[in-house]
Amino acid sequence: MSTFRMKSSTLRILAQTMLLLFWSAVAGWASEPKSSSPNGTNIFAPASTPAKSIADLSVFVLVTTGIIFVVVFVLLVYSVVKFRGRAKDAGREPAQVYGSTQIELAWTIIPILIVVVLFLATARVIHAIQDAPEPAGAVDVTVIGHQYWWEFRYPKLGIVTANELHIPVSEPGHPTPTFLQLLSADTDHSFWVPELAGKTDLIPNHPNRMWMDPQRTGVFLGQCAQYCGIQHAKMLLRISVDAPEDFAAWVRSQQKPAIEDAGVLDGRRVFERNACMNCHRVDGTSADGRFGPDLTHLMSRATIAAGAADNTHDNLRLWIQNPRAIKPGSLMPAMQLSDPDLDAVVNYLETLN
Amino acid sequence: MASDAITVPVGQTEARPWVDELHQWLTTVDHKRLGILYIVSALLFLVIGGVEALIIRIQLMHSHNNFVSPEVFNQMFTMHGTTMIFFVAMPVLFGFANYLVPLMIGARDMAFPRLNAFSFWLSFLGGLLLYFSFLGGSGLYGAGSAPDVGWWSYAPLGARAFSPGHSSDYWTLALLVSGFGSIGTAINIIATILCLRCPGMKINRMPLLVWMNLVMAGMVLLAITPLSTAQIMLLIDRYLGGHFFDTQAGGSAVLWMHFFWIFGHPEVYILIIPCFAFMSEIIPVFSRKPIFGYPVMVAATVCIAFVSMSVWAHHMFTIGMNSYANSFFTLTTMAVGVPTGIKIFNWIGTMWGGRIQFKTAMLFSIGFLFQFLIAGLTGIMMAASPFDWQLSLSYFVVAHFHYVIVGGILFALFAAFYYWYPKMTGRMLSERLGRWHFWLFLIGFHLTFDVMHIPGILGMPRRIYTYEPGRGWDSLNFIITIGAFIQALAILVFVANLIISYFKGARAGNDPWDAWTLEWSISSPPPAYNFATVPMVASRRPLWDLKHPEDPDSRYE
Repeated sequence: MSTFRMKSSTLRILAQTMLLLFWSAVAGWASEPKSSSPNGTNIFAPASTPAKSIADLSVFVLVTTGIIFVVVFVLLVYSVVKFRGRAKDAGREPAQVYGSTQIELAWTIIPILIVVVLFLATARVIHAIQDAPEPAGAVDVTVIGHQYWWEFRYPKLGIVTANELHIPVSEPGHPTPTFLQLLSADTDHSFWVPELAGKTDLIPNHPNRMWMDPQRTGVFLGQCAQYCGIQHAKMLLRISVDAPEDFAAWVRSQQKPAIEDAGVLDGRRVFERNACMNCHRVDGTSADGRFGPDLTHLMSRATIAAGAADNTHDNLRLWIQNPRAIKPGSLMPAMQLSDPDLDAVVNYLETLN
Repeated sequence: MASDAITVPVGQTEARPWVDELHQWLTTVDHKRLGILYIVSALLFLVIGGVEALIIRIQLMHSHNNFVSPEVFNQMFTMHGTTMIFFVAMPVLFGFANYLVPLMIGARDMAFPRLNAFSFWLSFLGGLLLYFSFLGGSGLYGAGSAPDVGWWSYAPLGARAFSPGHSSDYWTLALLVSGFGSIGTAINIIATILCLRCPGMKINRMPLLVWMNLVMAGMVLLAITPLSTAQIMLLIDRYLGGHFFDTQAGGSAVLWMHFFWIFGHPEVYILIIPCFAFMSEIIPVFSRKPIFGYPVMVAATVCIAFVSMSVWAHHMFTIGMNSYANSFFTLTTMAVGVPTGIKIFNWIGTMWGGRIQFKTAMLFSIGFLFQFLIAGLTGIMMAASPFDWQLSLSYFVVAHFHYVIVGGILFALFAAFYYWYPKMTGRMLSERLGRWHFWLFLIGFHLTFDVMHIPGILGMPRRIYTYEPGRGWDSLNFIITIGAFIQALAILVFVANLIISYFKGARAGNDPWDAWTLEWSISSPPPAYNFATVPMVASRRPLWDLKHPEDPDSRYE
């Protein structure tokens, strides 16, 4: 008899544990520190139409599945508690029930109806996002994934840059969405900035397309989401959404060739005499490599090594001296420069505004 | 019903020298011994795969951690995934199928005992090959290196240009070899069920476990074949100058994805359907009622098998398929939810009006129902392809499939262990340790995998060896790691229970659970060749008929 009393208390503990876990998870989520700048990576804080319609659909699906969960969970708990074995019926078997066609029909047809509703709601969003036509004022960017960095090319504007994408804010009265063409130079990657759009893969020989129309300015974070090799983790993404006049100014500055500063001629010579120029491009010089990021306007970027480090003097120096100290597995070789050469080349790079 | 145990001659019970015993085990073609070999080898790999998971969790405990290098981390998640799917989940389920199917249909062995042994040793060899990569991965020079391309080995990462050396070849060979083993076992299960049922066991009187393993075996034939094909094509690419998946020579990365997932998604059902089978045996016995809606359960299983063959590209919603393809796979994926839901309702219907006995096996079964419900619902979320554009490749998807594989499959397996261990060994598992095992594992599981959904929603991709601070992922990952260690502790309790109970457990007797299927009519452990006289059955619950001659099932069927 006592054993059966224990069972019901175990059940109570089970139920309480579940509730506790659920609420602690929710509380943990809500109390996470929210950094004010740059923006976070929460899929439920959308700042662009595709991300917003996904979030709206997600809430609908969450509520629907949430209701299903509550109904089935209540049924489960009720049957476990109500029909627990009791000491008084020891030895006697309950009524043997083999099934019921009506009940089976009910719990077949109702789920089918739910599936139909969910499917129609989903198909609408799929079509709205994937089949959206590109308006005339759109900005085009070709994104090329590399192990382990991003190349951004603006074919209409003649700009090449890396890792930090600049796009204009899209105002409701004057929409300027950005359409990305996604390519890969090596393995599969995936472009994911959660607050602006869902992710889309960059696959060699398989060009993809995605778009976003951010409705507020600021820096949005993301990173490569498809495992692409050793340094998949530090293939970070920053998107700077600029006000129209800021974007125009950025475009003008990026379109200029590299600044020529006679004071750092030593460094430039080191750059051009070593293997640097085989992989990197600096517009207006003989350095024309395509394997690594374009460095023409290196100092206009806040980070180096695809976001793995801030763009500071010390980080730049360490990066050239030994890239793998910052990013193990990076494909940039340690250049083995002497200290004077190293300082000279860092000084040169720091003039590339 | 005549099914008395074979009386064991006195001479056979004498202890043999251990070399003889070992020789017997290594050369056995007995389905019961092979079943146990499958299960023991799977437990071994479970512990190895679990240690790999703990290494992953320690590394991710906080941002910018340096516990292991990125190279090692990538090997750990690749080996963890490959091990758990191919060398834990499949073998352990094949082990139970091997052990139980002949007993439940009143047969004396599998249809092809030698093929059975061959299949087991192929699977085991596959596992050894995979782990030999730690020594031999890079060839003669330097240390070895395990595969580090992820358990999907997406093209072109698996091509020679990106994966030089031999580490991913070990991965390919391991899957190829164990795949042949799986196909052999599947053929064997199908032939056994179709040809060796005892008199009276019509196909609509088979226990649901047998039905579901029949469906599972059919799916293995359909799903493993494309995987093996793709592995052979990859070998041709790597060694014979082929370009199927070599994107640098115009090959197709997407082709590999299709090959892999047309195996990979049915694989999930290959793993979960035998677990449905355990539930369909265990829940009725501990509810003291027959399964609710037997024909519907069979129909739902067959339906799941068919529909699950047409959902594979929901693993590929982010690869840029057109809107029609995305809509199609959204619909098929959501449609799988219907027969799956029917099953959950039928299990609840079985408990409804019953007298539930909360043995450890039943506790794990209730845990299964609860977690599988949630896993199914998060699956519906990801079936909505736009939602999946956010959730796919993130920690949400990791949480979802661990909910299926740990919360569903592993909980069902634990239930099966507590339920059939007495039959296999003749000893009961300790209920006391069983409760410790259950509660610890339940708490650890929920701490880990409930919380793991949230970093995914907050933008944390999977397969990253470290992450940036300030994204709100640190504290969540710390909790997840604590949960992982609680689960590890629970596994230790379980292993201790298996070992201690083997020597000191209470004697089980033939039928400790007062159950209804044929395996409980013979001694524990069953004698060689199982049945002294082949039994005859007249209903789905032959032992019920025997125990209740006044009200047999055969009257209603």
